[in-house]
Amino acid sequence: MQEGLQSCPDCGLLSRPASGAEEGRCPRCDEELVFRKKKSLQRTIAFLAAAAVCYIPANLLPVMTTVTSAGRESDTIMQGVVLLWSPTGWPLSLIVLFASIMIPSAKIVGLIHLVISVKRGSIRNNIQRIRLYRTIDIIGRWSMVDVFVGTFTVALIQLQPLMSVEPGPGLLFFAAVVVLTMMAVESFDPRLIWDSENSKETGKEVQHA
Amino acid sequence: MPDKHKSFQKVAESKIVVKKRTRLSLVWVIPIVAAAAGVWIAVTHILSRGPEITIIFHSAEGLEANKTKVKYNGLVMGVLKTISLSEDRKSIIATAQMSPDARELLVKDTKFWVVRPRISGLNVSGLSTLISGNYVGVQLGASEEKEFSFVALETPPLTGDVPGRVFTLKTSELGSLDVGVPIFFRQLQAGQVVSYELDKDGEFLNIKIFVQSPYDKYVNEDTRFWQASGIDVSLTASGIHVKTESMMSILAGGVAFETPDNDPILPPAQEGASFKLFSDRTEAFKPPVCDPHEYLLVFKQSVRGLAVGAPVQFYGITIGEVTNISTELDVKTLDGSVHVEICLDPKRYGVNFMDMAKGEDAKTFHRKMVDTLISRGMRAELDTGNLLTGSLLVSLNFYPEAPAVVLDWSQDPLQLPTVLDKLASIEDSVEILLKNLNQTVVGARGTITNADKMLESANKLIEPNSVMNSELNNMLQQGSGAARALRVLADYLERHPEALIRGKTGE
Repeated sequence: MQEGLQSCPDCGLLSRPASGAEEGRCPRCDEELVFRKKKSLQRTIAFLAAAAVCYIPANLLPVMTTVTSAGRESDTIMQGVVLLWSPTGWPLSLIVLFASIMIPSAKIVGLIHLVISVKRGSIRNNIQRIRLYRTIDIIGRWSMVDVFVGTFTVALIQLQPLMSVEPGPGLLFFAAVVVLTMMAVESFDPRLIWDSENSKETGKEVQHA
Repeated sequence: MPDKHKSFQKVAESKIVVKKRTRLSLVWVIPIVAAAAGVWIAVTHILSRGPEITIIFHSAEGLEANKTKVKYNGLVMGVLKTISLSEDRKSIIATAQMSPDARELLVKDTKFWVVRPRISGLNVSGLSTLISGNYVGVQLGASEEKEFSFVALETPPLTGDVPGRVFTLKTSELGSLDVGVPIFFRQLQAGQVVSYELDKDGEFLNIKIFVQSPYDKYVNEDTRFWQASGIDVSLTASGIHVKTESMMSILAGGVAFETPDNDPILPPAQEGASFKLFSDRTEAFKPPVCDPHEYLLVFKQSVRGLAVGAPVQFYGITIGEVTNISTELDVKTLDGSVHVEICLDPKRYGVNFMDMAKGEDAKTFHRKMVDTLISRGMRAELDTGNLLTGSLLVSLNFYPEAPAVVLDWSQDPLQLPTVLDKLASIEDSVEILLKNLNQTVVGARGTITNADKMLESANKLIEPNSVMNSELNNMLQQGSGAARALRVLADYLERHPEALIRGKTGE
């Protein structure tokens, strides 16, 4: 940016930005060239807000309903953790606890931290923040494991009339949390972390949407 | 066109205004939708929460927080949220989160109880709870008043929601009755025993029964209830009777009721009306004795086989019963006798006091009647009712040849003359006969002994070495010697006839 060159996000070709008001396209692969992702922070905040809203019913509503001849039993994620907690089953319980409760909340909190620090133009701990971003990006997808386990269980355990498992509304909200946080991560442009540093150095006002 | 531009060089240039683009991205729809969904879920959740109620249980056996359901007619109406001990540590306080539909159920007299498997008599209930676990049953009350705190029942209410009425039966013994035992009407099950309790002074048992509709309308003031427990085998003077209500009552017992045909038909009995519980149907339908006549019979014979309740018959028709039997010993003469008190129902021997001559009251008529009958020879006697069982009954028969008796009307009850019954008199004659026979036999025995003695002495006489025998022998020997001498003399005389004159001459 300092040099006034754009790098193509797809093929990596450097090019001079187009002179008009419109954004140009990569001369080699025809990909739209942007200095920064469009409205990155706003989109990230929006997705985060949606994820945070969905996180509440995801944890309060039952994710699975087990129907046996003895009756119906609905369990939320936390009840599942408690149910799995036993002298032999505690590792499984911990996995569920980490993958389903701690990771989504950690992602949301981490992204909020990134967004706020970028908004404030903070230049401290830039390296740590980019590491945080990468970690969030990598572990985020694993939360989807829970949703998969849930859907598989529902699909496989249909032993009517003895026993069957039905999905609960919490599962839908939980999947929404995972997808929304992934989208939030996707819409966050990590280059923004370094922009404030550059603007401090050059004294130029950096324009970000 | 370019030329034209040139010509308008001095005209002010139009300003280019960069359109301010709306800064708010469309992406904000997503959190709004999410928030709306969340709020909607929260609102429906709050709306779907019904009232919270408190139920006090006797025991928490089989109850589990967040698991035990509250069911009304099998429909889940709520779930127990918390189960805790009461402050006085005597009962269990449970709170239940009810569904909104349950609002209508929560009235003052709604009943709650724990449904668990129960087996009593022939009633097996709550078997489904063996698999699904116990639940709390609900029975809707009739009250309009709202209530959110209840005390659970110990046992499930038996009456259910079935329309019907509760009556009380009074009895001195419970027999095979128990809670849940069926009530029969014409051998149809018409209800069941709800509960029983001892009367305050401990004399009676009050048995509460529930008679379901439509059978309850057949219960009126005159209805008779009796124990239909098991098999009713009665061995009476008229034979063996076996009566049962149904297979079920054989096994579990029961109560039957029937209303005698009466006109006018009485209105159905009030709810909670009290009835006497008879021990059997016969007793239940025994006509009520009106103005009974009591008499005393004195027998000087064994009354074995006569029991209280034995019939008193007149021309073979039962007109009353034996009410009391006792033995009396005359202190002066030390003569034992049996006093049998009988009770006669004038209605049953066809006396209709309505037909009495005018001016006569019942008492004088009664006196006249009894006097006349006795003077005609009516006597009470014991009669065999059943040869197999040997049971006796009292029979009133006429013996015109019986000695006249004057009744002592000052006695109460009046003593009626008796005669020995036929069998007893036969017995007596046989006894006398046997006694005579016995005496004859004793006499005969003496004769035989004498004859024996005689024969014995005769025997002694003719024994071979007896004195008489030897004497006889000697005598016979001497006799034969004499005969021989005679023969010698005869021979000598034949040859010497002169010897008769001259004598024997020496030769």
